[in-house]
Amino acid sequence: MSVLARFLRQRRKLRRLLESPLPSAYQRPYSSHPPKARLNVPQDYSSHPLLHQSSSSLYASCPELPRNSPTTRLNLFQSVNAALSHALQSSPTTLVFGEDVAFGGVFRCTSNLSTSFGSERVFNTPLSEQGIVGFAIGCAAQGMRPIAEIQFADYVYPAFDQLVNEAAKWRFREGGTGGEIGGLVVRMPCGGVGHGALYHSQSPESLFTHVPGLRVVMPRSPSQAKGLLLASIACNDPVVFLEPKVLYRAAVEQVPTEAYELPLSKAEILKEGKDVTIISYGHPLYTCSSAIAAAEKDFDITVELIDLRTLYPWDRPAVLESVQKTGRAIVVHESMVNAGVGAEVAATIQEGAFLKLEAPIQRVAGWSTHMGLVYEKFNIPDVARVYDAIRKAIDY
Amino acid sequence: MSFRTAQRNPQLGWSRCPRPRWPHALPLRRSVRWSSISQRPGSDHVHFPGAVNSKFTTKLSFERPSTHATIPTFRVMDSDGLIVDKDRDPPDVSDEEVLTWYKNMLTVSIMDLIMFDAQRQGRLSFYMVSAGEEGIAVGSASALTPDDVIFAQYRETGVFQQRGFTLEDFMSQLFANRKDAGKGRNMPVHYGSSKLNIHTISSPLATQIPQASGAAYALKLQALTNPTLPPRIVACYFGEGAASEGDFHAALNIAATRACPVVFVCRNNGYAISTPTLEQYRGDGIASRGVGYGIDTVRVDGNDVFAVREVMGRARAMALEGGGRPVLVEAMSYRVSHHSTSDDSFAYRAKVEVEDWKRRDNPVTRLRKWMEGRGMWDAEREGEARRRIRGEVLGAFARAEREKRPRLRGMFEDVYEEVTEEARGQMEELRGVLERYPEEYDVDEYEGGRDGL
Repeated sequence: MSVLARFLRQRRKLRRLLESPLPSAYQRPYSSHPPKARLNVPQDYSSHPLLHQSSSSLYASCPELPRNSPTTRLNLFQSVNAALSHALQSSPTTLVFGEDVAFGGVFRCTSNLSTSFGSERVFNTPLSEQGIVGFAIGCAAQGMRPIAEIQFADYVYPAFDQLVNEAAKWRFREGGTGGEIGGLVVRMPCGGVGHGALYHSQSPESLFTHVPGLRVVMPRSPSQAKGLLLASIACNDPVVFLEPKVLYRAAVEQVPTEAYELPLSKAEILKEGKDVTIISYGHPLYTCSSAIAAAEKDFDITVELIDLRTLYPWDRPAVLESVQKTGRAIVVHESMVNAGVGAEVAATIQEGAFLKLEAPIQRVAGWSTHMGLVYEKFNIPDVARVYDAIRKAIDY
Repeated sequence: MSFRTAQRNPQLGWSRCPRPRWPHALPLRRSVRWSSISQRPGSDHVHFPGAVNSKFTTKLSFERPSTHATIPTFRVMDSDGLIVDKDRDPPDVSDEEVLTWYKNMLTVSIMDLIMFDAQRQGRLSFYMVSAGEEGIAVGSASALTPDDVIFAQYRETGVFQQRGFTLEDFMSQLFANRKDAGKGRNMPVHYGSSKLNIHTISSPLATQIPQASGAAYALKLQALTNPTLPPRIVACYFGEGAASEGDFHAALNIAATRACPVVFVCRNNGYAISTPTLEQYRGDGIASRGVGYGIDTVRVDGNDVFAVREVMGRARAMALEGGGRPVLVEAMSYRVSHHSTSDDSFAYRAKVEVEDWKRRDNPVTRLRKWMEGRGMWDAEREGEARRRIRGEVLGAFARAEREKRPRLRGMFEDVYEEVTEEARGQMEELRGVLERYPEEYDVDEYEGGRDGL
């Protein structure tokens, strides 16, 4: 038999295997949902109220967005790309680098930037996270505005020393010399995608919210990502910018084409309500939104939903004001509950709104474990868990 | 990627590649196009992308450190202050400049003695001397321009002295008073000066090395966009112990791949606190590693200020060649002093060894001998210089010690560009505590007292 004939035969065999039905026990759990589920059904991003399909709804939603700019439909990676492109265009001091960014990045966030702006300003680094962040700090110390990429937030730990001991403390220890590294932004994809397991799912934000000197930002949508990333680049403090990678392609909405900034350290009230406040950020906002829709229908209540947007230093007055009004608070995040952002938010609410609280503050978050491959859907807060927390809050 | 490796068999002519492993390698054709990965018959090498110039060998032999000669140590004068190679041009430097170096080295060593004792008396919290390494610092700094940017580890007091840090600057930092550029936030000897283009020292070892690569890259791009800027390099100092950190590896690799104009200066003084170099590494020091990163490297006698200066001058010029590239300098010396005031080094090394180095060879006496041989220095001038410097140091010491500490609000400022809402609340909380428990806190030594918050 010729080599070619043998190859063709093998290919036919493989195709038959792939097309044959699997016994139900082996069906891929992440591609479907329980048949009778009412709450834990897949998100329909194409019609989600958090994502704006028209420019009029976009501008109505967020008063901070620029008025009268034309918009285009972009997904999250495209909006990050647009923001980077604006930043590179607006100042020759802006640099973009990291592992594999030159060909466009493994998530396509840096597509075409190297060809448009030159390999001196958009380039690959050796595979070394501590090197990337240390290099970026040095660039920023000499007045550049480096935007460094860590390929996955799970791999930021080799650079932890550079971020915590160096970047965060730089301005403070320089003191009167005036030295600073305000131009530094470290971008990193974070969060679960269904099959990322231990090292492609993590959200390490609370490790950075414990560090004075760093700003920690996480956007929820393409229009937010562009405005918050441009604000982070313009900000004179070092910023850790976490991008929920599950939204890179899934979240598509109208995004203003011009450059604009959304304020850092300012939360956004996504939906007003009077009975419960839910505080969240990043991808779980979609989960919360679905849970709120179901709970409002079932319990005849209204729930206020707040997107923190900046996780540190965070908008404490906005959250306290909301809980003063509703008397009940739930914090929702994907990363594990122990010493997470929710602990800080809950403690602050307890201090600042003690007399108004009518139920214990709940934290709906990842369990205190690691992201085992097949357990993800039981680990990340889902609609049922947020719905249940709302029920408990109003039943208390 | 196509699978085009084919071989010519003398008997059978062109044959197909034996046992193709991937289906997409097919179909194979007789008319093979030579590509960059094609190996011509009888070729002595193939372009593996990871090592394009590597030749094949049929002899199995491992590269052994012992088969490579130890990298030599460059020197200009011997330990008696005599120029070794009489055929070389004499050091290209004026007598006044040599005198400045000498006085700078002397100032550092006299300040070291006084401050070490002051720490022992409890008058400052901590100190680290540079004894034995003044030559590396002063010699290398003398070869830089004031525009060159410096990153230091902590044992480079001579670099600050050579660049113009004043005794008042040193003392303000050491006593963490209100005139300290670091606003009293850092431990002693963590100096910094934007005016002198030296970034403030931080304690975590080796973190400054990749930062230096990045800073050098920034200088390179700035020179590209604005050709009127003076050519600038970054000089980055660290000890041989710090070179074991991952940041050293990251820094040299990225500096080489991004062609950064940076000179890495390793002070190899034989010890990292108590750890001798035999427990730090087993290669040929730090210099042998530079070659592995594709970096031009030299080893120099750190007790020979002329050699250090010449090496640094040449390294600086090389770093600026062809748009920029890194250079590694390993300067050999001996840490004559204890590691710091928190260390008694006789717990791990013989006193006689230290005394030997102190007496037999150190950068200050070596330059002194050279100056005496030239007839520009003698015992009388030495005594006069020592008395004068000692007086100046003690004067600055006394003035700095009397100064108030910085304002209390300096504790909360400069964490971010602006004081945050959270920090403002915490300042109010602290103010309340200070007001309710005035007996529990000494606020008078801080400028403005409680109102300084």
